[in-house]
Amino acid sequence: MPVESDPAAKLAEYAHPERLVTTEWLAERLGRPGLVVVESDEDVLLYETGHIPGAVKVDWHTELNDPVVRDYLDGEGFAALVGSKGIARDSTVVIYGDRNNWWAAYALWVFTLFGHPDVRLLDGGRDKWIAEGRALTTEPPSVTPVEYPVVERDDTTVRAFKEDVLAHLGKPLIDVRSPEEYTGERTHMPAYPEEGALRGGHIPTAASVPWACAAAEDGTFKRRAELEAIYRDEVGLRDGDEVIAYCRIGERSSHTWFVLTHLLGFEHVRNYDGSWTEWGSAVRVPIAVGPERGEVPGR
Amino acid sequence: MDATTLPAALAETREDFLALGLKDRLTLLLDFSNELPELPERYRDHPDLLERVEECQSPVFIFVELDDAGLVHMHATAPAEAPTTRGFASILAQGLEGLTPDEVMAIPADYPQSLGLNEAVSPLRVRGMSGMLARAKRQLAERLAG
Repeated sequence: MPVESDPAAKLAEYAHPERLVTTEWLAERLGRPGLVVVESDEDVLLYETGHIPGAVKVDWHTELNDPVVRDYLDGEGFAALVGSKGIARDSTVVIYGDRNNWWAAYALWVFTLFGHPDVRLLDGGRDKWIAEGRALTTEPPSVTPVEYPVVERDDTTVRAFKEDVLAHLGKPLIDVRSPEEYTGERTHMPAYPEEGALRGGHIPTAASVPWACAAAEDGTFKRRAELEAIYRDEVGLRDGDEVIAYCRIGERSSHTWFVLTHLLGFEHVRNYDGSWTEWGSAVRVPIAVGPERGEVPGR
Repeated sequence: MDATTLPAALAETREDFLALGLKDRLTLLLDFSNELPELPERYRDHPDLLERVEECQSPVFIFVELDDAGLVHMHATAPAEAPTTRGFASILAQGLEGLTPDEVMAIPADYPQSLGLNEAVSPLRVRGMSGMLARAKRQLAERLAG
């Protein structure tokens, strides 16, 4: 690991503290060789309005996705993309973004598909950095492209497809969308032409835990004890559980995937990136509506 | 409706975008974002008058009004942390300014899709502008009926 972990006490509570850094830690290390800071936002123009000095931009939507297939870049595409941003295989990558790191977590999850060894989130993301009055610049960073090896994506460990979810029914599922989307109310409301699934509702047996439950007021992650109370005490997750999280297109649920995997230490968590836009329109899959989790359908 | 009948400001905006490469389209959208007019004083203390555009993930609000001469004005507000959404709102607010209701109602619903932004910012995001246009037309219809 080229850059040491952040020893902050709060982070030490988590299962994998090496996956998070604090704003103080980052501010002291900007420009350090081997460290690449990446901004990944929901809003595609936000980076241009000001970013952490030296940070490069990765857009989750236009850069991490394959332009033709509904899928992520392949190994060659990923190598070309991140190499062009100055990211080497042994770089320490720190990702931050807007909205409680929602999109930053998504980018981190995609880096994980390619097994990038050292990728971390900035706790509190863009908003905390700005709230603390830290440096921002509109100056584009000077990037020296590097060679990144072609690594094939691993779609089996942290990613679930529709068929995987069907086979998974009966084991823990977490729906991280808003309560209105979970009950199915939302897509039935008039004059709301959202990117739609044909049906509203949720995957039967899924627990509703909106993703933002894991974030504190200032956008940092909640303390470990608070997270345990939500995901273990309320939802009922236990050690050794296999868990699948989903949302609408897989971005919010990668935030929850990060919480379960890196903060709480669950070892078998997958993100279903097809999520409700796929499930709610797919033929011959069961759905549940209303506030109840619903039953495992008979097979 | 084609480019010859599209309201002049919207037609010009489209030409401007399509004349640029993808990266420069983002810069132009940022320019629009920075140009979003301030909300008129009379609405600043009445946020209840503004309708939230739920299709956008950012808190964007719009309000369409008809002046005494029967011409359309669209007001919008979106936070600085949502420059893309501000840019969309600004394109519409500037493009609808001073049009007649008939001209606004005749704007094709797919106008946002024709700006060449699908590749630059993604179709999912451009749909936010479509939602804004649809709501502006619906508000206008309500004003005309009311």
